[in-house]
Amino acid sequence: MSKFLSAASSAPLNRRGFLAATGALTLASTLSACGGGSGGSGSGGGSAAKAVSQADIDKAMKTPTELVFWTWVPNIDKEIALFQQKYPAIKVKVVNAGQGVTHYTKLRTALKAGSGAPDAVQIEYQAIPTFTITDSLLDLRPYGAAKLKDTFVDWTWGQVSGADGEVFAIPQDTGPMGMLYRKDIFDQHKIEVPTTWDEFAAAARTLHKADPNVYLTNLAANEAAAWHGLLWQAGAKPYALSGKSDITISVDDAVSRKLGDYWGGLAEEGVIGTEPDFADSWYAALNKGKYATWITAAWGPAFLSGSAKSTAGHWRAAPLPQWDAAKPSSGNWGGSTTAVIKSTKNPIAAALFAQFLNSDPASARMFATEQFFFPATKALLGDASFTGDAPSFYGGQKVNQVFADVSSTVSPSFQWPPFLDQAATDWTETVGKSLADKTDTVRALGAWQTRLTGYAKKQGFTVTS
Amino acid sequence: MTATTAASPKGRRRDGPNRPARGGRRHRRSAGPLFVAPFMVLFLLLFLAPLGFAAYLSLYQERLIGGTVFVGLDNYVQAVTDPLLVHGVVRVALFFVIQVPLMLLLALLFALALDSGLLRLARVIRLGIFVPYAVPSVVAALMWGYLYGPDFGPFAQLSRDLSLPVPRFLSDGWMLGSLANIVTWEFVGYNMIILYAALRTIPAELYEAAAMDGAGAWRIAWSIKLPALRPALLLTLLFSVIGSFQLFNEPNLLMKVAPDVISSSYTANLYAYSLAFTGQQVNYAATVSFLLGLVIVIVSYAVLLTANRRRTS
Repeated sequence: MSKFLSAASSAPLNRRGFLAATGALTLASTLSACGGGSGGSGSGGGSAAKAVSQADIDKAMKTPTELVFWTWVPNIDKEIALFQQKYPAIKVKVVNAGQGVTHYTKLRTALKAGSGAPDAVQIEYQAIPTFTITDSLLDLRPYGAAKLKDTFVDWTWGQVSGADGEVFAIPQDTGPMGMLYRKDIFDQHKIEVPTTWDEFAAAARTLHKADPNVYLTNLAANEAAAWHGLLWQAGAKPYALSGKSDITISVDDAVSRKLGDYWGGLAEEGVIGTEPDFADSWYAALNKGKYATWITAAWGPAFLSGSAKSTAGHWRAAPLPQWDAAKPSSGNWGGSTTAVIKSTKNPIAAALFAQFLNSDPASARMFATEQFFFPATKALLGDASFTGDAPSFYGGQKVNQVFADVSSTVSPSFQWPPFLDQAATDWTETVGKSLADKTDTVRALGAWQTRLTGYAKKQGFTVTS
Repeated sequence: MTATTAASPKGRRRDGPNRPARGGRRHRRSAGPLFVAPFMVLFLLLFLAPLGFAAYLSLYQERLIGGTVFVGLDNYVQAVTDPLLVHGVVRVALFFVIQVPLMLLLALLFALALDSGLLRLARVIRLGIFVPYAVPSVVAALMWGYLYGPDFGPFAQLSRDLSLPVPRFLSDGWMLGSLANIVTWEFVGYNMIILYAALRTIPAELYEAAAMDGAGAWRIAWSIKLPALRPALLLTLLFSVIGSFQLFNEPNLLMKVAPDVISSSYTANLYAYSLAFTGQQVNYAATVSFLLGLVIVIVSYAVLLTANRRRTS
């Protein structure tokens, strides 16, 4: 089982490493030709991956064009204005098609209908395989995307790359996971900030015993993304796609069981909450001090300061507790990218837009200052003007610095399944339900595995576990 | 052959000797289709065409790997033995059996009370009962989701203040009742208006005659109003059959506050939706929708049949 897994994941990694060594645009195209030849995969990949000449790019960027861009990012017009300053001929029309699942549902419907799909689109890391399996995203290498590799945090590049080195999207923001905690509650009950999960469990028991109305944290029974982030931190490899149709599903392996045992145990003891997040009751709980920590991602601090205003000054940030304190690691939860839909009539303009939006220094900085996104570019993560920010909501702590440090500990080899929505729904109805109902979470992992395997087989995949 | 010979004299008779005399009527008859045309066009485009397409889809199976294949009735065979679908249908049937009679009874009581003319501020009350129907069901479900909240919902807080056990409106055992409450709250006013309108069409002479014969208010309600209401009641009942079996909005929204109770297959309609949009199983979703439609047709027909039998007997 593990042998298969390592073989599956090392091949694309090596190829990616090679890509890094060459880096140049022309080489990228020859490489993809190699990949196409040896792997025999891809739909006409050879011709599609041929680099577009600078003359063609210049010509396209001077031709009046309208791009349709689906995104849920508020006030993204400001970043787009920067792009249009540089390329006045290109008009970008922003469409808000909802956020998350709603957005993807509409996108999938448009793709299936064969019309109405946008040119460029906002897409989260975890949703990329869901759209590459249907061959819907354009490989951006011919438009110079490969040379952006070193601009972005290492693990993000693995997330946007295909098995043959394709670049399917450009990273926009990230969500390395950490822990926000209530310093006042910790102080009141003389609890040290936990650095390992063992300490965390002990603190959960102590705190709830001292005050039955307070829980150390809430592990939302509907938040598959958080669970995946925790799996990621623990080093699990729940999914591995090799080739086009062979998939390994192991959401019930040793690492997963360790996690199931741990969180299921705490839920069963009743020392942590399991209520759904991003719901009214949950917002009220954070405002009223029902939970002393929120295990969240780097976008969490800005989000919380907007939604729990009444608790200003009490919160602080810390890295996630660790399984092995000697080897600190973290997972990622959320963050998104810009991709180009294959059906676009203006691939050059759309590809350059996706690249400019996220890699142009002014535009990238604007995401951090206007939308309070957590950056995906190395430059910003090392920039004192970003990491030095000390918001009063966190008692003047340099919160960005905490998460910038976490960002470098995110493992680059985590893979998402090509049917994420199904995996998330099945998680909620098995593992999530067991947490909320205080039943056997480890057994629920088995049910999750069975449901996913059955689904994948029905969809024509060859499944190994 | 026999068909044509049988049909021809009829046709001849129509076009033959009577032509001049029926000229006027024929003219009117030829205008008829024109009036019906807008409806027929929309009916074809928005109802029959999608229905046909769904039927077509339900015979295929599209996979992420391997494309689309014709599978005949395989999807139907799978669906009738699918425990998730069966549970969903049974759940909405249970919902229908309990919620609909309660709702219609309430609507009837309100309609009769309003019609009796004994209420003060009748207009205000009528509007007050009807207003929930004007609230979009999305808003209604969100609002009730908040009211039901086990921590900070007003009911929970009140019972905590009174040291009573906190009602778990969103738990497994209570959920169907909580949903029924929302749907009742939403649709009592709507059904009441239909019944009330039917009551207003009863000629006043009937009441006068009954009063002359010495009938009291209850007797009039029982012997005149209720029989006159039968068609309207049947109409509201049919609407309720369709509404109950298609239950979607309310569970879909409460799913966000109680994901551990409301699964993606909680009701049959919700199941069809999640199959199509979460699982990308469009074909199977079409099959499920088709079967759900069939169930609704059967139940509606059964309701009509029993109502008619009662009327003739």
